Amino acid sequence: MSQELVCITCPMGCRLTVDTLTDGSLEVSGNRCARGIKYANEELLAPKRMVSATARIAGAGHEALDAIARLPVRTTVAYPKEGVLELLAAIYALNVALPVKRGDVLIKDYKGSGVDVIAARTLS
Amino acid sequence: MKTGSGRYDVCIVGAGVCGANIARRLSAYDLDVVLVDKESDVSFGVSKANSGIVHGGFHHNKKHLKARLELQGAMMFDRLKQELDFPFRRCGIVVAAMHEDEMRAIEQLYMQGVDNGVIGIEMCSRERMLELEPKINPDTLGGLWVPGGGIVEPYRFVFSLVESAKKNGVEILTDFELCAALRAGDEWTLRAKDGRTVKARYAVNAAGLFADEVSAIFGAEEFTIKPRKGEYYLLDRMTKARPDRVVFPVPTNISKGMLVIPTVEGTVLIGPTAEALDDKTDLATTREQLEKILSSARTMIPSISEYDVITSFAGLRPTLDEDFYIAMSQKAPDLVQVAGIQSPGLTASPAIGEYVKDLLKKAGLRLREKVDYDPFVGKRPHVKDLSPYEVDELAAADPAYANMVCRCEKVSEAEIVAAVRAGHTTLDGVKYFTRAQMGRCQGGFCTYKIIKIIMRETGLSWQDISKNGGESRMLKDAL
Amino acid sequence: MKELNFDAVVIGGGAAGMAAAIELDTAGFSCAIVEREEGLGGILGQCIHNGFGLIEFNEELTGPEFAERMEERLTGSKIASFTGTTVMEMDARAEIKTLYCYTAKYGVLRLNARAIVLAMGCRERNRGNIRIPGDRPAGVYTAGLAQRLVNIEGLVPGKNAVIIGSGDIGLIMARRMSWVGCKVHAVVEILPYPSGLTRNIVQCLHDFGIPLYLSHLTTRIIGKDRVEGVEVTPIENGAMMHEKAFVIPCDTVLLSVGLVPENELSKTAGVELNPMTNGPVVDSMLMTNVPGVFACGNVLHVHDLVDYVAEEARRAGQNVARWLKGDKPSREARLKAGSNVRYLAPSRVDLDRDNKLYLRTLIVKNGAMLEVKVNNRVVKTQKKSHIQPSEMITVELGPKDLESAAGSPDPVVEVSIN
Repeated sequence: MSQELVCITCPMGCRLTVDTLTDGSLEVSGNRCARGIKYANEELLAPKRMVSATARIAGAGHEALDAIARLPVRTTVAYPKEGVLELLAAIYALNVALPVKRGDVLIKDYKGSGVDVIAARTLS
Repeated sequence: MKTGSGRYDVCIVGAGVCGANIARRLSAYDLDVVLVDKESDVSFGVSKANSGIVHGGFHHNKKHLKARLELQGAMMFDRLKQELDFPFRRCGIVVAAMHEDEMRAIEQLYMQGVDNGVIGIEMCSRERMLELEPKINPDTLGGLWVPGGGIVEPYRFVFSLVESAKKNGVEILTDFELCAALRAGDEWTLRAKDGRTVKARYAVNAAGLFADEVSAIFGAEEFTIKPRKGEYYLLDRMTKARPDRVVFPVPTNISKGMLVIPTVEGTVLIGPTAEALDDKTDLATTREQLEKILSSARTMIPSISEYDVITSFAGLRPTLDEDFYIAMSQKAPDLVQVAGIQSPGLTASPAIGEYVKDLLKKAGLRLREKVDYDPFVGKRPHVKDLSPYEVDELAAADPAYANMVCRCEKVSEAEIVAAVRAGHTTLDGVKYFTRAQMGRCQGGFCTYKIIKIIMRETGLSWQDISKNGGESRMLKDAL
Repeated sequence: MKELNFDAVVIGGGAAGMAAAIELDTAGFSCAIVEREEGLGGILGQCIHNGFGLIEFNEELTGPEFAERMEERLTGSKIASFTGTTVMEMDARAEIKTLYCYTAKYGVLRLNARAIVLAMGCRERNRGNIRIPGDRPAGVYTAGLAQRLVNIEGLVPGKNAVIIGSGDIGLIMARRMSWVGCKVHAVVEILPYPSGLTRNIVQCLHDFGIPLYLSHLTTRIIGKDRVEGVEVTPIENGAMMHEKAFVIPCDTVLLSVGLVPENELSKTAGVELNPMTNGPVVDSMLMTNVPGVFACGNVLHVHDLVDYVAEEARRAGQNVARWLKGDKPSREARLKAGSNVRYLAPSRVDLDRDNKLYLRTLIVKNGAMLEVKVNNRVVKTQKKSHIQPSEMITVELGPKDLESAAGSPDPVVEVSIN
């Protein structure tokens, strides 16, 4: 059985053809780099997503024209797809006190996944 | 001021260009006047979306009241501009004939204009037309030139009139949707849907599209206002097709046709179409009508391009009979009917104010001139119209004049703040007052800033921010 | 009025402006950035999704991180940054150019410079530009405005959205809106193929089961006060199938229907524009027809990746430095967009240096061949496994490739795709 897939690891968007061999392993073609093989295996066997969202900043409002009400955050690496909504809920429950530096860990090792949620900008 | 518990000499229903002119005219006398409107801001009905033309006085025969008021009203704009500082310019009107039989119609318009006493009216050859308006189609056969015709920003005109009326004591009640008018003795009690009431000796029905419904509420004459929709395209101020004059086609029996209008503020408006409707709230644009506008406008100015379009919109004109209906009601006491004010209503509106004042006087309203009447409103600075040196000076006193919010129309934070403080607390209110969101990006860059300024200045929460009042809420949730 | 002099002033403090300014500073020229927003970074600040920086920083970053990393390169430089400052007038006729900038901090600021770099970026096309008829209710937003409201202000414009246009911002917003509790009912695209990058189709639509209606035109917006729905009409063989039109109920319409370089200021300064890109016509140094005025980034042509913006702007900065030292290309050739090429930027190549061209194709094709001809003779070919209009194509041309142009009085380099 042959499956068509678009690699989304990088903006190149390689169009992959994936065949499942008799031993259950995947044979990938159409990839321009090794990441394509990794992507195909992950996407078909254990799909993951990078999650980027925003978190509440303690005390933020809309009074000042240049005020920023939300802190952008992201996962350090991709997180299992089926758990993304739960992770988002955890992010939206945050209330981040300033100052915060880019890369500060806001959620450490979420549910033992090894995935951290970090601040994506510095705010003081 | 939204209390609405007082007693007044006159209550004017409808804060469009007629109501505003009447209110402002009456504010010169020792009277208690209230101006009410069902919308959340003034000028949000017919007056917000029309061609903004001060007409030339040649379209109508002076046997009609509307022609006489048009001629009289047109003459009043220069003084009004001096007093009220709204965008107005006599750029002149040309009427372009594209066929032989249209030239015969031009001749008739010319004779009617001469008969009406229009100053400077001229029949033009093709050469004269091209000299007056080089952007015009070189295939034109000739036309008419009326140097006194002009352009005005209709909502800004209303805002200035209302500001002046307010300054001279007139009260304004918005979101006041009239639902009952009861007569007790020699006084009207007018009740709004939300329960507020005002009491007034005299009432004026200047309710535009809804003048028929208001008349019914007063138990006055029965008539039906039929809305006629006009669709428009607005073109970028950088369009190569911007003419120097208002360009008219030769009119038909139904309408004055689709025009090309160089607006006072530098953009170009093309339209309107004319479509009879039943629904008084139908402001939808349609592909078919909009296509008509482009092709019609291009016959007069061929360089008009659809790539210059920045927005389209529609306005409704309240049609009743061939003529305006301005008179004391014969059925309801002490009520002035001001109905069916379609084109040239904007041009005639200052004269309508005068005319209604005289009707009220004849009906017994005592007019004593106010000793402290001040016809002038303070000039508001517009950064767009100022040199860098002037802006630098302004910013020394208020730095917000140098903080640009709307880059397309060059509107500063200080101007937005002034609009909000003058009571324009919706996005459309701010737009019509300042022009912010009216330019080529149509608010793409500045809307969020304006929302934040409105919230900051009024204390409103995000739930209360609306496009134009009512249920036109901008936001649905906050994170 | 405060007045300051610089060798060069960069208008716009996004990725392009910062990259150009850093090169000028490195080359020892005094340089200022004028940015109308309160902080540097431009639109990157609201692009909180990842996918930026793979070329520039060799790692995958979000927009705010990319912006901050660029900004960190400014620290230690002598670059003067004027934020919250809008350039209102530009007089570029004389050798010393003058900018009048408005800012709450100083009032009006007059900046004089020998060179100007245009890096103002682009704006979104809106409802009026694509002439969608219908009602005019609240709830119609450009995707970028919605993105700003959601990601920076934390304000959500709607609960049930339809996205018009399958441009990248629209796709990204389909996911973002889904993640803030808004149901996205459809993405409607007039073309038979999506406009955005494929990975965004996969990640932002497929993951959420959002239908993509290709070859469908939005024919009406419905709703008196607030949006109540959109009418969508299928297009078959180029004709609108009115009888097959249907309404998708929603309370919000997000428009992602293309970007336009923002060149109104450039026009007032006499800069000539290319009607295909709406950006300035530039020579091999990225200089416009107005001597000393350069352009780079999205104001020159709309890029697909910020990494390419930064790269192009860096070359612009280096070229401005060269120009300030009096160095000019001695021999240039005209570039011509051949078959299936929508545009090329810049418009000229330097015969004696390495040139990097960006181009966009008009077609979607697997296994295409890019061909470079000098005076009608093929000098270079490049295989392209897949091309589509939404993805930029880069071509490098060096003195060797262009050898045969030497000696010809008006050499023409034509790039085509077949």
